[in-house]
Amino acid sequence: MLELKELVWKIPDGDTIINGISCRLDSRLTVITGPNGGGKTSLAKLIAGVEKPDSGRLILDGTDITDMDITSRAKLGVAYAFQQPVRFKGLTVRDLLELSAGKKLSVGELCGLLAKVGLCAEEYIDREMSAALSGGEAKRIEIATVLARGAKLSVFDEPEAGIDLWSFAKLVETFEDIRSSTSGSLVIISHQERILSIADEIVVVADGKIRTSGKRDDILPLLLRGEFSGRCPAAAPQKNGGACR
Amino acid sequence: MSEMNKAEFNSVTAEMLKVISDYDSATGFQGAYNIRQDSQCAGRRSSENITITSKTDKPGIDIRIKPGTKGETVYIPACVTHSDVDDLVYNDFYVGEGADVVIVAGCGVHSDGSETARHNGIHRFFLEKGARVLYKEKHIGTGKGTGLRKIDPVTDAYLKEDSYLEMDTVQLRGVDRTTRSTSAVLDKGAKIVVRERIMTDGDEDAVTKFKVELNGEDCGADLVSRSVARGNSHQAFYSVIEGNTRCTGHSACDAILAENGRVDAQPALNAANVDAALIHEAAIGKIAGEQILKLCSLGLTREEAEEKIIEGFLK
Repeated sequence: MLELKELVWKIPDGDTIINGISCRLDSRLTVITGPNGGGKTSLAKLIAGVEKPDSGRLILDGTDITDMDITSRAKLGVAYAFQQPVRFKGLTVRDLLELSAGKKLSVGELCGLLAKVGLCAEEYIDREMSAALSGGEAKRIEIATVLARGAKLSVFDEPEAGIDLWSFAKLVETFEDIRSSTSGSLVIISHQERILSIADEIVVVADGKIRTSGKRDDILPLLLRGEFSGRCPAAAPQKNGGACR
Repeated sequence: MSEMNKAEFNSVTAEMLKVISDYDSATGFQGAYNIRQDSQCAGRRSSENITITSKTDKPGIDIRIKPGTKGETVYIPACVTHSDVDDLVYNDFYVGEGADVVIVAGCGVHSDGSETARHNGIHRFFLEKGARVLYKEKHIGTGKGTGLRKIDPVTDAYLKEDSYLEMDTVQLRGVDRTTRSTSAVLDKGAKIVVRERIMTDGDEDAVTKFKVELNGEDCGADLVSRSVARGNSHQAFYSVIEGNTRCTGHSACDAILAENGRVDAQPALNAANVDAALIHEAAIGKIAGEQILKLCSLGLTREEAEEKIIEGFLK
């Protein structure tokens, strides 16, 4: 269980991106959603340790990880799928998946991991994770590197971005499988209704704050109603009760 | 130099052979080979299809590969095992029509003294029509002496119609000074592929020069150099691809800098025909921060991440 306490993070020029976020991410699958520029990716980076908060604390299963670097957090069980996959000249898909798993992997194991993101292992394991791969291919391999970790807490930043429809459907299935078959918890940043619909909990982040959060069945209808009414679900609360409270 | 069958060499050469030509002391080399140690022949064997003979007018050997020879490997390692040796050798390879072979070269220079240990191998390749050669070359420098370890290979290749030469060259640490000069002249439909990897550290200096003349229609060249310059080392990459007809040429120079390493890259493309398609790519810089972050997010320390990235880059 990850607990965020009064997190504040500013970019060097002074703009406050995360402005006092507190919440407990204790369900199996939490989806963080909200408008672009609202602070979702920054929040994911703070959880992974890519960025350090200016104030506030992060507590993972009772351990204060606020001052831990990205490596220490990874060793403790935090995994993070980057929104923009990182390319490497020379490192192959197999290299990256083995580094992720922390051991050598058989072709069968590689095949299993890549199948979860809709890729055929034979075509990919010896290819470089370089710019020669398409955006969608790289994105799916990036997700596979996180699946390979089998982490306590896995954070995915917009896993749907750049992925074709068929692979996306497969990915949603994979997230459902992970939720039902492992003890780890998932935090997914997403705008996709398909992903929102499999969440246990939904957190709406806007303007660096939590606008609203709760069980999927309570939050999702509000978001959808907001969408169909043509009003941004994360807009400022309105007197007669809008999507956001 | 007499024709020899039994290989006899010292322990320094034995260690180097393991690294530069995957030598297995239990089984020795399979097939034809010539081992050069401190300017002498330390073992030689010809095969039915590959004949190795000493030159009569200068130091070196002629390697003649019969037309149609398939699947054979010939080993021609050269080792300098102590300082105060300045080895110069001329090796010529005549590869017959339609042959398809692997040539494993490789050179080690060892110095425990204060004098220079140098190997200068001048290789010429004559590929007949349709011949295919994979040329593998690994260079190392060893020993704790203050004398410079130098390797200065010169390679001139002549590729006839539809022939193919792939050069896979590696130099990983220990060679204080190197100047590698490679030239190739291509006829119709011929292709040359070069994969060069160099890592320098300390005060090492490495210079690479390529010159490729694309003279025959539909011939092509693909030169890819990946290098890492660490410590106070320096590297220079000069390449010239001349497209004189309808042809394709590509060169890429990727370099990673660490500490005070320096790299100069001067790629040149000379197109003398409207159908010459020539491309160059070059990128020099330190390891991208996001690459280190990604590997750290998998549980590696920053140092481990850098090592992995460099290891993969030079693989």
